Amino acid sequence: MKHWEVVIGIETHVQLSTASKIFSGSSTAFGSAPNLQANAVDIALPGVLPVLNRAAVECAIRFGLAVGGEVAARSVFARKNYFYPDLPKGYQISQYELPVVCGGSLPIQCGENEKLISLTRAHLEEDAGKSLHEGLGPTAQGRSGIDLNRAGTPLLEIVSEPDMRSAAEAVAYARALHALVRWIGICDGNMQEGSFRCDANVSVRPAGEVRLGTRREIKNLNSFRFLQQAIDYEVQWQIATIEDGGSIEQSTVLFDPASGETRAMRSKEDAHDYRYFPDPDLLPLIVDRQWVEQVRAELPELPAARRARLIADCGLSAYDAGVLTASLDLANYYEATLATAGKENAKICANWVMVDLAARLNREDREIGQSPVSATQLGGLIARIADGTISTSMARKVFDELCNSGHTSSADEIIARQGLQQISDDSALTALIDDLLAANPGMVAEFRSGKEKAFNALVGQVMKATRGQANPQRVSELLRRRLG
Amino acid sequence: MIEHSLADIAQALANRRISSVELTALYLDRIARHDPQLNAFITVDPERSLAQARAADERLARGDTQPLTGIPIAHKDIFCARDWLTTCGSKMLGNFVSPYDATVISRFQQAGAVLLGKTNMDEFAMGSSTETSFHGPTANPWALDRVPGGSSGGSAAAVAARLAPAATGTDTGGSIRQPAALCNLSGMKPTYGVVSRYGMIAFASSLDQAGPLARSAADCALLLNCMAGFDERDSTSLDRPREDFARELTATTADRPLAGLRIGLPEQFFGEGCSPEVMHLVEAAIAEYRQLGAETVPVSLPSMSLSVAAYYVIAPAEASSNLARFDGVRYGYRAPAYDDLTDMYCKTRAQGFGAEVKRRILIGTYVLSHGYYDAYYLQAQRIRRLIADDFAEAFRQCDVVLGPTSPSTAFRLGEKAADPVQMYLSDIYTIAVNLAGLPAISIPCGFAGGLPAGLQLIGNYFTEARLLNVAHRYQQVTDWHRQCPPGHA
Repeated sequence: MKHWEVVIGIETHVQLSTASKIFSGSSTAFGSAPNLQANAVDIALPGVLPVLNRAAVECAIRFGLAVGGEVAARSVFARKNYFYPDLPKGYQISQYELPVVCGGSLPIQCGENEKLISLTRAHLEEDAGKSLHEGLGPTAQGRSGIDLNRAGTPLLEIVSEPDMRSAAEAVAYARALHALVRWIGICDGNMQEGSFRCDANVSVRPAGEVRLGTRREIKNLNSFRFLQQAIDYEVQWQIATIEDGGSIEQSTVLFDPASGETRAMRSKEDAHDYRYFPDPDLLPLIVDRQWVEQVRAELPELPAARRARLIADCGLSAYDAGVLTASLDLANYYEATLATAGKENAKICANWVMVDLAARLNREDREIGQSPVSATQLGGLIARIADGTISTSMARKVFDELCNSGHTSSADEIIARQGLQQISDDSALTALIDDLLAANPGMVAEFRSGKEKAFNALVGQVMKATRGQANPQRVSELLRRRLG
Repeated sequence: MIEHSLADIAQALANRRISSVELTALYLDRIARHDPQLNAFITVDPERSLAQARAADERLARGDTQPLTGIPIAHKDIFCARDWLTTCGSKMLGNFVSPYDATVISRFQQAGAVLLGKTNMDEFAMGSSTETSFHGPTANPWALDRVPGGSSGGSAAAVAARLAPAATGTDTGGSIRQPAALCNLSGMKPTYGVVSRYGMIAFASSLDQAGPLARSAADCALLLNCMAGFDERDSTSLDRPREDFARELTATTADRPLAGLRIGLPEQFFGEGCSPEVMHLVEAAIAEYRQLGAETVPVSLPSMSLSVAAYYVIAPAEASSNLARFDGVRYGYRAPAYDDLTDMYCKTRAQGFGAEVKRRILIGTYVLSHGYYDAYYLQAQRIRRLIADDFAEAFRQCDVVLGPTSPSTAFRLGEKAADPVQMYLSDIYTIAVNLAGLPAISIPCGFAGGLPAGLQLIGNYFTEARLLNVAHRYQQVTDWHRQCPPGHA
């Protein structure tokens, strides 16, 4: 059997989080009743004209700068002509020959390896409305409804080069892009609501072949899992088809999550001739250097830079730094805990944020922005662990208290109120240990005969007697000295 | 009253010598009596117009007046007017009542003008005779068996027959100027971007421009003062300081009021293609201008011969896309019976559009198609630049370019309807102006066989005030523009 190489390029439609639509003043909020957020421009009444929303352009500039692409000084909006009931004008305003962003790249993490994916371009366009085929009520049997609330929502279509070589890389790319657009605040990233949708162009070729195979484009994948499943299926199908002596026909396919299969929607012959031409209703988009520099100045530190800084300054592993920079909110939260706990405690902070806090958020289905414990509170708690005031197990109790306190108490207050300070006073501990050894001669004998388990049991007894406040490390040391 | 200038009517309204209601009723009565022969109006709604007139009278009583307060104005049916049927001359929009006002309409509303009715036009402004209207052709008041020109033929016929004191039109390739010429009116197409296109149903977006149709250049200036101005809802509207287009129309006693004006005479306007009668009248007008002190200089517009060809690529291309929204889905006509979505589209558009509109959609779709785009659309855009360059060169040698507006006087109804190319050639002198985006005005310059002929004056960008003045000086010493069609006085 031949060895096959998989080649994947991804086009992503990113809904920009502007308050109003790209060419009209309608709201872009999700979830209102059908057609309530569609004004004269959105429903394409006769005579209406588009006016460009500069906030959408600013999003595109942010993205261009974030991926190191070139923000075009002059780009052009073009009409993409086709008929569909949810496309009110009979054309989509998009960018064709001259997009607003050219080039750039995005680093992705695949296992331990970092790989740089090149971007072809990113262009601004408007979203279409939605066709509703169900749920229209008994009187609407056999009819379809049109909801134009989404029509005119600004999109940034980001096109990658065919640089990915596996479904895993494709997913890593989509995840990195998803994190980036949220990080720079241009997209809410809500995939269920369609804010981030991927089309995957997939082809296979014999290993070592330079020419690309014929591709099929899988449309509208709105979850990372579907992206993975769709590509896996498609790759298998293409390889099987070729090995059976068939050939791949360039076409557009849909992924059916229920069956896990892809199926052809239309072939190249049926492809639309979109008759692109510059939209005469809109002037060329001019972005001057000043605007670009202004946006650059407002751009947050980017994920890659933040990651590198956490590794260099805080000594975090690449893995930890990657997890903690999954979103801007998380990274900011983490750094805020450091501000209170001290940079020397970077690793403990990382563990608490990545393990204890993450588990709590996960259990309560919350985002980091809705954390029940503030970064300052958590940092204060970690400081008390680090300076030995409380044990880690005590700290977990304090953490739970903090989570339930509604951001009102500090770790220090809870520790003082409940008398949870660790007992590190050797004379008090030594006295306790002596009492215990006297009361448990059997365990002492077991230990002496070489059973390490008995030692742990003795430590446990001390901890129990101090209601957990003893410093377990110190207890071990003192106990060994007594028994030694 | 019907022969008064707009300024005089405004004066009469301000002095309460006549009320807006009386004036509006007068015109509504004239429409009722004469329009059955002309078919200049698609929609007349006396109650609504009179209600506006009453509101205007209240404003006049308060002294809250602008130059057009209380004056009835007819609007081409291409402008969306709130709660008015707005058909654009098409069956496709035969039932479309606009929920909003075009910017041009709202500017007239704010000025307190009365909306007198919506006028007939070629379907979607595609035509030069008003014969392609779904509502039937409009007759020329000067000869009922002849066309009024087009596409703003309803507006032109209405004003010429004194069924309205003035009207609006739109001009994509000559649609204000050519009907003005054929109906003995003054009609101006301003510089592209001076008047907002918002709410004006698009034919060819990069060429469309609204403007006035009136009985004199001075009236045009007053209308343009109301219509022009930056509109943030139209991205191609130009953000320029407001100007008074009537500012140069002051009285003068100068013997040679146009001394120093250089009038360019392009050889391409004075060659073949123009009827001798029209050319004779244009030459007489040139002599008149020399009398007024202007000097004439020969200029050349070498690329002008390509203008009709370039126009009939660019305008249909844009139209094919602009008219895609008329799909039967959201408003307007929908075929009563169909099998599926594609069938609904096909039948709706087959039944809703007339032949000329379909022809242009087909041409436009073709020239934008993959593999033909470069050869047609891009090539036409190059020609467009050459034509603009020609004018730029001409305006280095002269202030105003002069020529005929239309190669002939009004032709007979049906005469060119069967031959699209002949029809297209009736715009040979006007189309280049739209391609270059320049302002131009057509004014009456005499009669041939009892039919009026028009003189075209073309200016450099934003020289509307000067063009209006050049037209006005001519109208001070001639009375062609005062002639009224027989039976309409």
